[in-house]
Amino acid sequence: MDKFTSLTGIAAPMPLVNIDTDMIIPKQFLKTIKRTGLGVSLFHEMRYDPDGKERADFVLNQIAYRTAEIIVAGDNFGCGSSREHAPWALLDFGIRCVISTSFADIFYNNCFKNGILPVTLPKEQVDQLMRHAAKGANARLTIDLEKQMVTSPDGENMNFDIDPFKKRCLLEGLDDVALTLEKEAEITAFETRHQLAMPWL
Amino acid sequence: MNAPKTLYDKIWDAHVVDQADDGTCILYIDRHLVHEVTSPQAFEGLRLSGREVRAPKQTLAVPDHNVPTDEGRAEKIEDINSRIQVEALEKNAQDFGIEYYPVDDIRQGIVHIIGPEQGWTQPGMTIVCGDSHTATHGAFGALAHGIGTSEVEHVLATQTLIQKKSLNMKVEVKGELGVGVTAKDVTLSIIGETGTAGGSGHVIEYTGDAIQNLTMEGRMTVCNMAIEGGARAGLVAPDDKTFNYVKGRPHAPKAAAFETACAYWKTLKSDPGANFDKVVTLLASSIAPVVTWGTSPEDVLPITGEVPSPSDFEGPKSDAVERSLDYMGLRPGTRLEDIEVDTVFIGSCTNGRIEDLREVAEIMQGRKVKPGMRAMIVPGSGLVRLQAEEEGIAEQLVAAGFEWRMAGCSMCLGMNPDQLSPGERCASTSNRNFEGRQGRGGRTHLLSPAMAAAAAVTGRLTDVRHLM
Repeated sequence: MDKFTSLTGIAAPMPLVNIDTDMIIPKQFLKTIKRTGLGVSLFHEMRYDPDGKERADFVLNQIAYRTAEIIVAGDNFGCGSSREHAPWALLDFGIRCVISTSFADIFYNNCFKNGILPVTLPKEQVDQLMRHAAKGANARLTIDLEKQMVTSPDGENMNFDIDPFKKRCLLEGLDDVALTLEKEAEITAFETRHQLAMPWL
Repeated sequence: MNAPKTLYDKIWDAHVVDQADDGTCILYIDRHLVHEVTSPQAFEGLRLSGREVRAPKQTLAVPDHNVPTDEGRAEKIEDINSRIQVEALEKNAQDFGIEYYPVDDIRQGIVHIIGPEQGWTQPGMTIVCGDSHTATHGAFGALAHGIGTSEVEHVLATQTLIQKKSLNMKVEVKGELGVGVTAKDVTLSIIGETGTAGGSGHVIEYTGDAIQNLTMEGRMTVCNMAIEGGARAGLVAPDDKTFNYVKGRPHAPKAAAFETACAYWKTLKSDPGANFDKVVTLLASSIAPVVTWGTSPEDVLPITGEVPSPSDFEGPKSDAVERSLDYMGLRPGTRLEDIEVDTVFIGSCTNGRIEDLREVAEIMQGRKVKPGMRAMIVPGSGLVRLQAEEEGIAEQLVAAGFEWRMAGCSMCLGMNPDQLSPGERCASTSNRNFEGRQGRGGRTHLLSPAMAAAAAVTGRLTDVRHLM
């Protein structure tokens, strides 16, 4: 997994609430056995018309946002299906950070496994960043994970909360399976205890 | 004396392997269900890192999402990408020693139907699957939730997850449900009340006499959609109904072991005075048969209602409603009962169990599917299908004009040939009405099996109470 330390980039505004993972990557693209190559299909039905032509009014098709690395989104981003294809598609397109007032639980966790930083901020601040994002390519946001800070184009700093363990995994690009396997002895001891307590399992 | 605990607290505490100072836990997983769509990359990850599946006996694999539901599927799955995924699952199960039900096995079906059916799902367990509707298994008082593919790999390799504990939420439904009101109406009405983010960060315990009085199938329907309310998981405390359901199933504990298990299962309930961070109460008498009108499961109203207007909502939700009414092709003020449908889909992990099919059969007694409608029934498993055939339900419903399909996820998510075409409108017993969910441009109205049957008869959304 790629590390996430800090990022300065273009932010695309997507104020719609409840953007679900079916919207982020529709079902027909889940028939893959790879993690890569999904970026071209990101937001497929919003981004392309039924003939496959780009819709000019969709934000990521506009010249200012074609190289966006950040999305500022409406409430409850990533709800619905658990498909990790959603963060894979975002990452493959080049998105490394999503900012919203709230995220769905499974999507939020999936981001951290793929080097994407989901940032939760209060509504007033998300609204403010949405207005900045709407100004286009010159309005870049900076996200500093170490300092837990988003800096707006006019220099305002906004602090965000993040779980310390998740933060460390992102900063260092850690493989959490390897981390857990460091506790192999504890897992084995638990299995022995658990089997004694619940022998029917 | 120990502090009173919730059901969630008890299951959680019984599975903590290790806890760090910041509260991050390694949580042990008793059962892992695996399907073809969200697992190939996880097995690939295992191979690349030279790791094994730690507990293959605690893992069960079945293809369900992208398998076709026609009878010829056992010969060949036409879609090459679907076929590759199913073959990959079969090979992965074989290579790693995991129990696997192929498409031609009578036990094949939707992963959340077959877990309970095989007695694989039991009270007090932790259960995960790379699918958000894993919450279904919470109906047994098991802590069950969906995970992403990286976490599937983590569970395969370590039989644990890295987790922080969620908050406790109680949803109480008091009193008795009215005529024609089902578990689906209960769960949709709860989401209508709390919103799709109302359960965020929480595990919901469903309580109250209306929940206790539901059958196991009904409880599964309620817990299935906990995720649509934003919760990590849904739970119902196990009782005699639960124990009787589990007893005698292939993977259930036998004889003395069952009695030992049962004694423990009886302790699985929230203690009096246990703390819930959030409580929502609904009166069963206020719940009507409902349908969704928009593209979010929270867009739900009693069937007696009218399509709302964007101006009935504030802020960004108002914009979302405008967008969804445009997508749904609906005008504000239209009576919900005047909305015509051309497709009826009965099935899914929400409503693909035998009781759901009986509910449909009861409404269809002496009635026919309206000519010109496409009405399909997709049993949740091969065994549900067989049981419905043995009970004469299949014969009755086929004679009434329904298609009788093989088991799978089918039109719930349109990853297989069962899909809506652009502009088609479907009365669906599934769980998501998102844009494009059942096929690009398809329009989905979520409702109960009884309400779906009523729509099949009349060709429009219909208050099932008129047909009772």
